[in-house]
Amino acid sequence: MKPTFKTATGAAALSLLMGTTALADDLKIGMVVTLSGPPAALGQQIVDGFQLALDEKGGKLGGQTVELIVEDDELKPDVALLKATSLVDREEVDFVVGTVFSNMLQAIFKPIVESETFLISPNAGPSTFAGKNCNPYFFVTSYQNNQNAEVSGMVANEEGFENVFVMAPNYQAGRDNVEGFNQTFKGAVTDEVFTPLGHQDFSAELARMSTSGADAVFTFMPGGMGVRLVGQFDGAGLKDSMKFMSVFTTDETTLPGQKDAAVGFLAAGNWAPDMDNDANNAFVSAFEAKYGYIPGGYAMQAYDTANLIDSAVAATGGSVDDKDAVRAALKAADFSSVRGDFSFNNNHYPVQDFHALTVVKRDDGKFHTSFVRTVVEDYADSFAGECGM
Amino acid sequence: MSLTLFLILCLNGLQYGLLLFLIAAGLTLVFGVMGFINLAHGVQYMVGAYLIFAFTALTGNFWIALLLSLITALLIGLILEYVVFRRLYARSHLDQVLATFGIIIFLNELAKVLFGPATLSIDTPELLSGSIQLTEQLRYPVYRLATIGVGLVVAVGLFLTISYTRTGMLIRAGSTTPEMVSALGVNIKQLFQIVFGVGAMLAGFAGVIAAPIFAIEPGMGDNILIIAFVVIIIGGVGSIGGAFVAAILVGLIDTLGRSLMTEFLGLLFNASMANQIGPALASMLIYILMAAILVFRPKGLLPAKGVA
Repeated sequence: MKPTFKTATGAAALSLLMGTTALADDLKIGMVVTLSGPPAALGQQIVDGFQLALDEKGGKLGGQTVELIVEDDELKPDVALLKATSLVDREEVDFVVGTVFSNMLQAIFKPIVESETFLISPNAGPSTFAGKNCNPYFFVTSYQNNQNAEVSGMVANEEGFENVFVMAPNYQAGRDNVEGFNQTFKGAVTDEVFTPLGHQDFSAELARMSTSGADAVFTFMPGGMGVRLVGQFDGAGLKDSMKFMSVFTTDETTLPGQKDAAVGFLAAGNWAPDMDNDANNAFVSAFEAKYGYIPGGYAMQAYDTANLIDSAVAATGGSVDDKDAVRAALKAADFSSVRGDFSFNNNHYPVQDFHALTVVKRDDGKFHTSFVRTVVEDYADSFAGECGM
Repeated sequence: MSLTLFLILCLNGLQYGLLLFLIAAGLTLVFGVMGFINLAHGVQYMVGAYLIFAFTALTGNFWIALLLSLITALLIGLILEYVVFRRLYARSHLDQVLATFGIIIFLNELAKVLFGPATLSIDTPELLSGSIQLTEQLRYPVYRLATIGVGLVVAVGLFLTISYTRTGMLIRAGSTTPEMVSALGVNIKQLFQIVFGVGAMLAGFAGVIAAPIFAIEPGMGDNILIIAFVVIIIGGVGSIGGAFVAAILVGLIDTLGRSLMTEFLGLLFNASMANQIGPALASMLIYILMAAILVFRPKGLLPAKGVA
């Protein structure tokens, strides 16, 4: 789609109105995240994390003034596609940062990479683009979706759990996480339960849990589902008889709702707010001072994404015209990630350490996940081998 | 599946059913008595949950907050009726759907603006926290038992009001022949307003008692509205008794289905197959029931008298 006369004059009129003239060498970054509905908190963290990095650098990345265009995908594939094509065709952005959810990424992937625009995902890391469909224009700064669950299986082994009750929502990511857990967990899985997405009442599942004889439960219940499950788990008095282990269920986006009920619960992840390194300490305190809440992994990955772009644009001397040079500079990942060691694999997915985490209550009464120990170092995903890059 | 587990499932089904009844009762009266399609009814449920959250935070006492929430929910219902719905009674169903859908979007966004997009929760009141030991491994939360009790009390109260009081008689009459009731000198506008306010308050009450169990989030009423419509279609539009029977039925079928379907299919197919089909089929059960009712008893299980 070429810009029509109407949009061109419209844009010209708008820039006159606003009194700013976009310079030719400005960096344009489009962002597609979910900012409406219950999962809006996740998208907001990404916007905040990215904005923080941008503000710290005086609104510039790699020395170039950044124009950031934030779009809400409304968690609808058609809306995401529309927003993404408009970013690429009309705004002609240099980078697209998105998305929160893997199914949104699938929707926007093709038009963006086909227009030879770099797409960097600050959260979604589906297996689809990690293997033989990997793409030279696609980078992921978070993780490959299966990895957290795989690491949870390792944590379960280390904790000595023999029987684990596994539960997830009945959709692709839910089944991926269950599969990831089963892949590394060596003990017995007593039950595999799939609930509807957006499940309200877990009492039936909790009743099954308590009679299953399992010593721990592993689950993946992002957002509101996690808040409900943890509250009801606590209400049913199961906290004393079994361990609770999860991914994306007790994180900084859900803990304000779960509070004390989640303290002591185990999780696996690539980062925790209290991980002790200089870059991270600076990030967390700056973030809290600015936005008034403890950042979660979403904000952290967005912050890293901004720093990654900063390093790449600086390396190419501020120009983004030579795509090969930009790609090489991105791939080098020459920035200090707040999670410590970070590099890209051949499929442009991260190679990084994964850790066992637990939920703690801070002295000021706020809750966050806390670093316990590193479970696996320089962990790469299992699809990279199929990628021809 | 042990007997205790089955018993627990039944209790859960009953509790879910009663929650559905509180929402469906208002919906069926508004729909049946006024012939008015109120999609915004589900959002009243969300409003109730946010009200109890806000008032508990303000007063620090669940019981005072409960009272304040009910009064506010009633007021919000009356205000909505006066400002918006009153203008829509004579309009077509499409206009009603559009306007009430607009209210859903507005209130969902308002909740997000006021309270943020993150999921919130409140603690169960001190008096009702804790759980009862049923068997060695099984415990049941006291709060859930209390909601069953409260739901039953409200159901009986509504039934008595509709069946034996003057207002109830007028509501029943108004649902079948509103013109005649109006011709007899009854202020039908005021009657509608009462029905509407009470309906909104009941939905708000459902939100209040659901808040400590389920989480509070924008848009939480959208899904439950669909189930509430299923309930009133199964029960018969405009019929309180029908709404009660259908709500309990839907609650039990949904809860039991989710647990038993996979096990049942496990007898017929292999385990992974059952795990694939079971959850999908279980979520379809209540809609299958609704389809069957529409085919074999289109007026519902217990249709309101005189509905043509």
